[in-house]
Amino acid sequence: MENLAEILSGARQKAEQAEVFSGSSRSTTVQFEANELKQVQTREKTSVSLRIFREGRIGFAAASGGNGCEALVNMAVETSRFGGPANFQFPSSLEYSEVRTYDADVEKIPLERLVETGRQLIGKIKAHTPDILCDVHITRGTSSVSLVNSQSGEESYHKSFFSLELEGILVRGTDILFVGDNQSSCRAADDITDLASKVTWQLEMARKKAAVSTKPLPVVFTPLGVASALLSPLVLAFNGKAVLEGSSPLRDKLGQQIFDRRLSVWDDATIAYGVGSYPFDDEGVPGQRLPLVTDGLVTNFLYDLQTAALAGTHSTGNGQRPGGGFPSPGVSSLILGAGNMPFAAMVKDMKEGLIVEGVMGAEQGNLLAGDFSGNVLLGYKVENGEVMGRVKDTMIAGNVFQVLKELPGIGQEARWVGGILRTPPLYCSAVSVTAKAG
Amino acid sequence: MVTTFFTFATVKAYNEGMRDAIADALKGRGADYIEVHFEEGEATNIAYRGKRLEEISRGRSSGGNVRALVRGSWGFVSFNNLDGLRGKVDLALQEAKLAGREPFKLSPVKSVVDTVAPQLEKSATTVPLATKKELLDRYDDVMLSIPRIQSTRINYRDSMRRTIFANSEGSYIEQTRTDLAMRLTAVAREGNEVQQASLSMGSNGEFSAVEGLDGQARELAERAAALLSAPQVKGAEYTVILDPVLAGVFAHEAFGHLSESDFVYQNENLKQIMVLGKRFGGKHLDIVDDPTVPNLRGSYKYDDEGTAPEGIYLIREGILEGRLHSRETATRMGEKATGNARAINYAFPPIVRMSNTFIESGNTSLEDMLADIEEGVYVKDWYGGTTSLEMFTFSAGEARMIRNGRLAELLRPVVLTGNVFTTLQNIDAIGNDLDMNQGGGCGKGGQYPLPVSDGSPHIRIRHCVVGGR
Repeated sequence: MENLAEILSGARQKAEQAEVFSGSSRSTTVQFEANELKQVQTREKTSVSLRIFREGRIGFAAASGGNGCEALVNMAVETSRFGGPANFQFPSSLEYSEVRTYDADVEKIPLERLVETGRQLIGKIKAHTPDILCDVHITRGTSSVSLVNSQSGEESYHKSFFSLELEGILVRGTDILFVGDNQSSCRAADDITDLASKVTWQLEMARKKAAVSTKPLPVVFTPLGVASALLSPLVLAFNGKAVLEGSSPLRDKLGQQIFDRRLSVWDDATIAYGVGSYPFDDEGVPGQRLPLVTDGLVTNFLYDLQTAALAGTHSTGNGQRPGGGFPSPGVSSLILGAGNMPFAAMVKDMKEGLIVEGVMGAEQGNLLAGDFSGNVLLGYKVENGEVMGRVKDTMIAGNVFQVLKELPGIGQEARWVGGILRTPPLYCSAVSVTAKAG
Repeated sequence: MVTTFFTFATVKAYNEGMRDAIADALKGRGADYIEVHFEEGEATNIAYRGKRLEEISRGRSSGGNVRALVRGSWGFVSFNNLDGLRGKVDLALQEAKLAGREPFKLSPVKSVVDTVAPQLEKSATTVPLATKKELLDRYDDVMLSIPRIQSTRINYRDSMRRTIFANSEGSYIEQTRTDLAMRLTAVAREGNEVQQASLSMGSNGEFSAVEGLDGQARELAERAAALLSAPQVKGAEYTVILDPVLAGVFAHEAFGHLSESDFVYQNENLKQIMVLGKRFGGKHLDIVDDPTVPNLRGSYKYDDEGTAPEGIYLIREGILEGRLHSRETATRMGEKATGNARAINYAFPPIVRMSNTFIESGNTSLEDMLADIEEGVYVKDWYGGTTSLEMFTFSAGEARMIRNGRLAELLRPVVLTGNVFTTLQNIDAIGNDLDMNQGGGCGKGGQYPLPVSDGSPHIRIRHCVVGGR
């Protein structure tokens, strides 16, 4: 914090307003490759960034490692000659409620225990499928964020995180099957039972192969499938920047019913021990629970300070700086509300259909328009309500606004994916499916 | 707390003692190998969204890492703060000793002491910020002047890294590496329809590579506008012709990643699929990975393990001939290190990566390839691509129907997918017009974007699944 104050006072000599942001983290990852412990990595990172308003324009510079206060100020001044107009204020009184993001137990987990957890996880998967090769990453770490600005704002918070990731590969002849899942939290949640059972379920479903027809089919996106295929175009449409420039299909749809009446979506920075949670965003604006879709109605978009000022509205506390860079609107934790249809009932309901867990290349289509398309990396064919086996050489394509307009069902069983998305399975009525003949 | 941050000047002062320090750090520790990377870098980012300059920023970064090998298992520590290098070596050793596998030796490479700097005519790092902005302003104006273009995106980044590599075998290499990447995107809109078209360019830091692209900026904006009224392709199997850019992406995504030995070496089944000497395509098919081609984005003299690459054939005359190695994977597979261990920066350990990957020229002209296609799809330009070893997916920036041997109507962007083994066999014609694409950046194991280039002549593929709605 002393260093930040020094940079701030250096910057104030040359600028009307200034803001100094600092992030640091230290994490250790235990990596298993092909069932064996292969590497242990410890990564320490610190970065400082300076944003100034000088002669009414924004300047920005970032540094990691020590490059001196003066160099940072000079780079920010240089860029301010060309920067955008300074049309907002840095927040002055930073008042927010406490959000739990730190669990002291995480740091205390010994390396040996991480190794043991990895061995047990792999053991469970191998007990089901002996010839599978698993890559497992187990990470524990802590981070902290500090922020000071010339409007006398000054605050910091600490975070801990713990994650388990597994990817299994099974090769038979030239047939390659990928399975995998992950779990993460700010808490030391190293129980492997749930993760192991999810992966063995995938192995069960993919045991046999099956072929689907080339035509529009009903598709159940599991929570992993939602994350893989639908999440990116959906989040993009709620980004204040896309709304401001008019490229979001939702730009003029505030208050209108665009989605299924039973669908509600919100961003929530205040969830206790959520990996994406924070008391304030990376610009010092309090984090909140922000409804984006309420009973199918579009209710809010995501804003940072600058985008909000340009749009004539307020920051929603979604200013984020991936890697310490320039702030931009982003989600904290995105939550899709659970519905009332059990997953088993969705499967039972399909005469011919697909369960999609993972799509490769889904983000290559026209995301701006809400399109998704890609190769089904992991998905299962359903026939007369029964899972027949894994599909291969199969593509799906659709538009997220079309498929979510009317859903035959929203799942009961919501779960976290990757620590920043919580969603139930979504049962969609007609998604274009193309399968390779023969 | 007194913190001495690491700067390049202090590293210079360190240089004299560094090799001694590493030799010292090794003594009596039971480590088989230790290497140290230090790095100081700077970068400029400029981003536009429509008329609005969204970001103009500069950054500096310095840091390093220590990597230690003990009985076949690695410990790795990265940092921004140079204080207590010995303690970091200790931690890396402690990490490496957790596994305790079999005794293991890295594939031998010659120890080198060298200094390498790029030869540039107009280095982007030295070009004034005002000049960069002026150029991008112009491209933005050109794109926005086209009817129905509602917005644009421009992302520009140039960077320079000065790196020091030293290892316990006596190598000591200083390299300066520069890179430049730019992407122009035009977004067209009419009613509820939104379409976009992009151009990705890059170079080894040479600024002139991104100058004078006004014509191409105009062309891509016109294409985005034209896509608004273009039809979707009907999803089906087609004969497709790939332009050099997209065929290069195909070489990289569909085959190149399979040649990265870290995917293969621990997997007996995959090893059997990727047996050297096995036929993967017709006699006309040659695929190369070569970091020694001068002045491309994937070019370098030493990789991040200090190995000097020579460039290899992955496929020669349709037969699998070689694969990409780090020193570790080379030992594990009983082959030679190829100099393909690369890291995007000091925060990551080197892993097996491609460099400049391309399909060599054949002898068929584009006209001849088109001539006997009754109905097919011509796909052009890179939009993205990804792979899961056996299956690949890549998307084209532009597509046209081929009807009766001629290019016909413009189509909405398409996604191609397939199985790499059958698709390579299905390449039935290779053009005579090799061209390299410098606009990509490769991601693997959380390390993105790594500067690479890829290339190809036009190629024709039979029975390719083209996705649409």
